[in-house]
Amino acid sequence: MSAPAIGAGELLPPQEEKKNYLNVEHTVRSWLLTGDHKRIAILYLFSVSLFFMIGGIFASLIRLELISPSGVLLESETYNKIFSAHGIVMIFLFLVPSIPAVFGNFFLPIMIGARDLAFPRMNLMSWYVYWLGGLLISSGLILGGVDTGWTFYTPYSSLYSNTQVSLVIIGIFFAGFSSIMTGLNFIVTIHKMRAPGMTWFRLPLFVWSMYATSVVMLLGTPVIAITLLLVFAERTLHLGVFSPELGGDPVLFQHMFWFYSHPAVYIMILPSFGVISELMANFCRKRVFGYHFVAFSSLAIAGLGFLVWGHHMFVSSQSMYQGVVFSLVSFLVAVPSAVKVFNWTATMYKGTIRLQTPMIYALGFIGLFTVGGLTGLFLACLGTDVHLTATYFVVAHFHYVMVGGSMMGFLGALHYWWPKMTGRMFNDTFGKFNAMLVFIGFNLTFFPQFILGFMGMPRRYHYYYIAPEFMPYHIMSSAGASALAVGLIAPAFYLISSLRHGHKAGANPWGAHGLEWETSSPPIPTNFEETPIVTDEVYDFSAMDEYEHRHGSDEMAPAGGHN
Amino acid sequence: MNYPVSPPPASNFASEVDLVFYGLVILTVVFTALVGVFVLAFAIRYRQGTKVDRSRPVHEHLPLEITWSVIPLILGLVMFFLGAKAFVHMRRPPANATEIFVIGKQWMWHIEHSNGVRENNMLHVPIGVPVKLTMISQDVLHAMYIPAFRVQYHVVPGRYTMLWFTATKTGEYHMFCNMYCGVQHSEMVGTVVAMEPQDYAAWLANGGNEVKPMTMEQRGAKSFAVRGCANCHTGSDTERAPTLYGISGKTRHMQDGSNVVADESYIRESIVNPYNRLSAGYTQTMPVYANQMSEDEILDLIAYIKGLGGPKPAVAGGPQTGQVAGKMAPPVVNADGAIGARENPPHKSLAVGALNRPNLEGNKE
Amino acid sequence: MASIAHGHGHGHDDMVVHVHHQFENIDQQNESYLVGMWCFLVTEIMFFGALFLMYTIYRMNYQNDFYGAHLELSQTASTPIAGPLVQMTGLKEFPVWGSINTTLLLISSFTMVMAVRAAQLRKKADVMKFLGATNVLAAMFLVIKFSQEWPPKWAHKMVPGANFGPEASHLHGASPRAAEIFYSLYFAMTGLHAIHIIAGIGVITALMVLWRKGAKSVTEDYVPTEMVGLYWHFVDLVWIFLFPLFYLIPG
Ligand code: HEA
Ligand code: HEA
Ligand code: HEC
Ligand code: CUA
Ligand SMILES: [Cu+2]
Repeated sequence: MSAPAIGAGELLPPQEEKKNYLNVEHTVRSWLLTGDHKRIAILYLFSVSLFFMIGGIFASLIRLELISPSGVLLESETYNKIFSAHGIVMIFLFLVPSIPAVFGNFFLPIMIGARDLAFPRMNLMSWYVYWLGGLLISSGLILGGVDTGWTFYTPYSSLYSNTQVSLVIIGIFFAGFSSIMTGLNFIVTIHKMRAPGMTWFRLPLFVWSMYATSVVMLLGTPVIAITLLLVFAERTLHLGVFSPELGGDPVLFQHMFWFYSHPAVYIMILPSFGVISELMANFCRKRVFGYHFVAFSSLAIAGLGFLVWGHHMFVSSQSMYQGVVFSLVSFLVAVPSAVKVFNWTATMYKGTIRLQTPMIYALGFIGLFTVGGLTGLFLACLGTDVHLTATYFVVAHFHYVMVGGSMMGFLGALHYWWPKMTGRMFNDTFGKFNAMLVFIGFNLTFFPQFILGFMGMPRRYHYYYIAPEFMPYHIMSSAGASALAVGLIAPAFYLISSLRHGHKAGANPWGAHGLEWETSSPPIPTNFEETPIVTDEVYDFSAMDEYEHRHGSDEMAPAGGHN
Repeated sequence: MNYPVSPPPASNFASEVDLVFYGLVILTVVFTALVGVFVLAFAIRYRQGTKVDRSRPVHEHLPLEITWSVIPLILGLVMFFLGAKAFVHMRRPPANATEIFVIGKQWMWHIEHSNGVRENNMLHVPIGVPVKLTMISQDVLHAMYIPAFRVQYHVVPGRYTMLWFTATKTGEYHMFCNMYCGVQHSEMVGTVVAMEPQDYAAWLANGGNEVKPMTMEQRGAKSFAVRGCANCHTGSDTERAPTLYGISGKTRHMQDGSNVVADESYIRESIVNPYNRLSAGYTQTMPVYANQMSEDEILDLIAYIKGLGGPKPAVAGGPQTGQVAGKMAPPVVNADGAIGARENPPHKSLAVGALNRPNLEGNKE
Repeated sequence: MASIAHGHGHGHDDMVVHVHHQFENIDQQNESYLVGMWCFLVTEIMFFGALFLMYTIYRMNYQNDFYGAHLELSQTASTPIAGPLVQMTGLKEFPVWGSINTTLLLISSFTMVMAVRAAQLRKKADVMKFLGATNVLAAMFLVIKFSQEWPPKWAHKMVPGANFGPEASHLHGASPRAAEIFYSLYFAMTGLHAIHIIAGIGVITALMVLWRKGAKSVTEDYVPTEMVGLYWHFVDLVWIFLFPLFYLIPG
């Protein structure tokens, strides 16, 4: 596997460059008023990357501050605002929209052979509403910040905190609407706009996972919207529903919050599941093992995910019996996740595996998600959660699933679809090296936090001078975070430089299967010259090979070269 | 320096919880290794270009799917059951448990023992007998968390919550507020002192003082630490509270513009009724100690405060064994005599802390 | 947003109704709209559902207080304007305005059905008439709410917040704390509903403008009108739940 990188254009006689979605129009206006899902996806890509960087800067400050048991440069008040900002920005402005709004937007219509999403204008509006939310949140952070944590527990958030809670809450409210619009658009598109021959069981697994994600977005987001609105009303109008001083019940807030926010963690992981399924199939050149099980496990996770919210509240004074039931269901929801992990692994059996950059991310994902998910079981388990809840064990758990899982999925998707989105191939050697750096840096950062948590280090603690025995682990974690930061900044450089210096990517640089690889890179504005008619099964590589055998192909050379 | 990886096991729940915990650790290691080994083995064996048998690939295999659904399901249910059992145990206090009352407020713990003895940010408990904490918050949510005992529960405004344990080993352990509650959440910490039952009884009978006879100033130092004064009053004026070093006899400036000479009665008033005359630049954050202290104790405190003399040197010297009230605890040197006299050696991890503290002192400010 | 509206010409030039470029044909477009509308209504149900859940929990916690507090939503013989109507019922107190408003909305649902039917039959005059009637009924609902129902609550300091402090006679035995929660929920839920009514009036007006101009997208195709109708029935339905929950609590 050492064929040099050959772009399509280099072998064929130069032909008239076709207009693609990037160069049909060049004005700013044509971007800001576009209805093209691909352009909106690019707008989203810039936006979420920006917010990821902001969230990452906050993360760096957290890690810096925790090097010493009595802080390094911040006041407690500032520290509290920083971890809150970190959580809020990362969750609501980065991770929730990340894969759906970028890659879902770009590829979902193409993968099902549609010209666009069902409601392009609503799609564009969702981006503006996202920014409205983003600006409100940012202005809240600039005008003084919030110090409630991303969970906004009452009565602290509603009556005690004198920070910019109201602004930020309204911002999240709007960000929520943006994801409702995205979800609605996806559901309608998947139901109604599949190309002829694209039956439900020919859908790529990414589309299945986007479907499950959208269902959760649609059902969950309104609940957090109204809940936060009520906190807002309680702050501004003293409309008491959550504060005991006003006769309300603070634990009710937690129920309402987690009713959304637990399913929200599946909004964050399901898209990555979809990406990993694509990567496993295409880089093993083999149909995903147990396609139906993988597809339906997404729906099972989405459904069961609505029944476990109480596992965040085992020690909150909800009744003991509620705790037992929520714990039980949390163990059940682990089963469909297990099914996925095992099916991905089995996909590799007898595959033709190419260890290119996206695949390294996919393999990293499997390892890290397994650890993250299994440590979720420590928290779902009543007896151990009592000891571990709200410690760094929880922090480690959710970074393993969110950074090690969702974020790795995002990076995998970014590298996998980059040539399709931009028409350029990045340097695969760089990419692979970087993927490993991220993997190692990540483990160094967050593994020590499991130990910290078990020892009893509480989360959201600025000082731990009372317990300096925690210090060595914090130092390890901060050291790892530096490596991780390098690994996460680097793609920005080599990907962007690929736009100038990268090889031209052919229509199908990875030799992958799927409609998105049958249109040009970058795709034309309407995605396809004419509506495709789907005749082969999903991930049917043998049919593809046969076809190429008969017709010859210039696309098959794996790009990036040396492996 | 040693690197502990687990909290000390010091209550009846420790072994029960640790058992489940290590069970889950084994589960995690086994499954991660299983997945990891297969992924790596396949990635190597079936990488593009190797000449291995790829004929008749399998795409669906129902028995396999069922196997790998059912095995995790069963293992999961076993862990669920063990965890739930421990939890039910934790939520059912024995009827004969000694009851201690806990009030959480921004940002300190008030503890009240059965006979009315009170303490702040310290919790003295007897070992070998079940102790039940009945807790309530005065403002926002807090959580009482004692890692060494493996217990934790939220402290909620407007309703009583409960947790119980039987301490099994004497020593001093951390007690954290583990529910974010505002600016000084990370300083809402304290120490649990587990004592032999007879020591506890003596401690109670002495109104919370040490058993050994002490001078007034020593007793004052002790109660300064136990009552949590040291949490706010440090070696220098801070945003939290003015320093008490050298205030005795000085002229103090009040919020309303007046000036007062800090004599005994002013200091007494500042303790029992601090809001009567607020010092300039501060708000009503100091707890009101009226009806909480015997006049004896107030006198001890005054004696101690008067003895504080001039401003405190920047770095507190020497290892301060066992004193864990925090880095901002100026009186620890004086308190040493009192606390050092205790029979049981302080817990190991705390000794680490004591060694470290002097370096940490200067960091902030 | 010109780039969206212009189709790219997929051989559907003979279509009377405009088909957006992303759709293959009018059926696909209409079905998409319908699925989209239902999805939207599902989010609305979750939105209100959260509030109904909260209502249920507090109602269970504060049974008697909610009963007491709800009496203030009824009118008595001495209430201006509504007084005589109460006397007619022969009851001590009766939610006159609430009942009238319920009736108005029920009728408006009926006129909406008629408007959709007229749209299917392409009877432009009838559509205008029924949509207009719906709007008038909705406006009357709002007028009553904002002139007869809410102002007395202000006057009696029954609006939750710093100024909350009704006299005992307005509490009917409810504890002020619980009454405040009752009114918090009352204003939150009926307020949110009123916002939906206002939005509905906006949408119906826009639809009428399109009909008036004779825009093909509505005259040749009843789906947009049907969609607005669907929304309106939903708003109506929410009120059908709100009314008994707030006005008709059994003692
Ligand atoms: C992407 C996000 C994501 C995902 C996917 C998950 C997945 C899971 N989470 Fe996690 N979780 C969070 C994000 C996420 N979580 C966040 C953000 C918080 C903290 C919120 C806060 O307080 O700020 C949190 C907190 C949290 C808690 C509350 C802790 C506390 O505060 O006390 C709990 C408790 O049950 C929990 C459980 C689980 C479980 C059981 C899963 C399961 O879905 C995991 C299933 C996966 C596996 C089990 C691994 C694969 C399986 C195998 C390899 C087979 C072997 C399996 C068995 C033997 C069963 N999570
Ligand atoms: C998507 C979600 C997400 C992501 C990606 C991350 C990423 C990281 N997180 Fe975070 N985290 C959360 C979600 C996330 N986190 C949440 C929800 C909480 C809970 C908050 C709460 O308690 O309310 C939390 C809390 C949290 C804590 C606990 C704080 C506390 O309880 O006191 C810590 C501590 O170590 C931490 C660390 C990190 C680190 C080191 C990373 C690293 O992976 C980050 C690495 C990334 C970078 C370093 C960015 C690189 C880019 C730049 C630096 C920009 C450079 C600028 C230019 C080039 C212009 N996070
Ligand atoms: C929660 C923080 C807090 C705690 C705990 C606390 N104080 Fe104070 N104290 C303050 C603040 C703030 C002031 C200044 C405002 C005032 O005068 O009340 C103050 C003022 C004083 C003064 C007057 C000092 C002056 O500037 O004139 C004395 C004396 C005093 N405290 C003694 C004590 C003693 C003794 C205890 C323990 C029994 C104690 N304090 C516990 C916060 C605290
Ligand atoms: Cu009290 Cu945190
Ligand atoms: Cu959860």
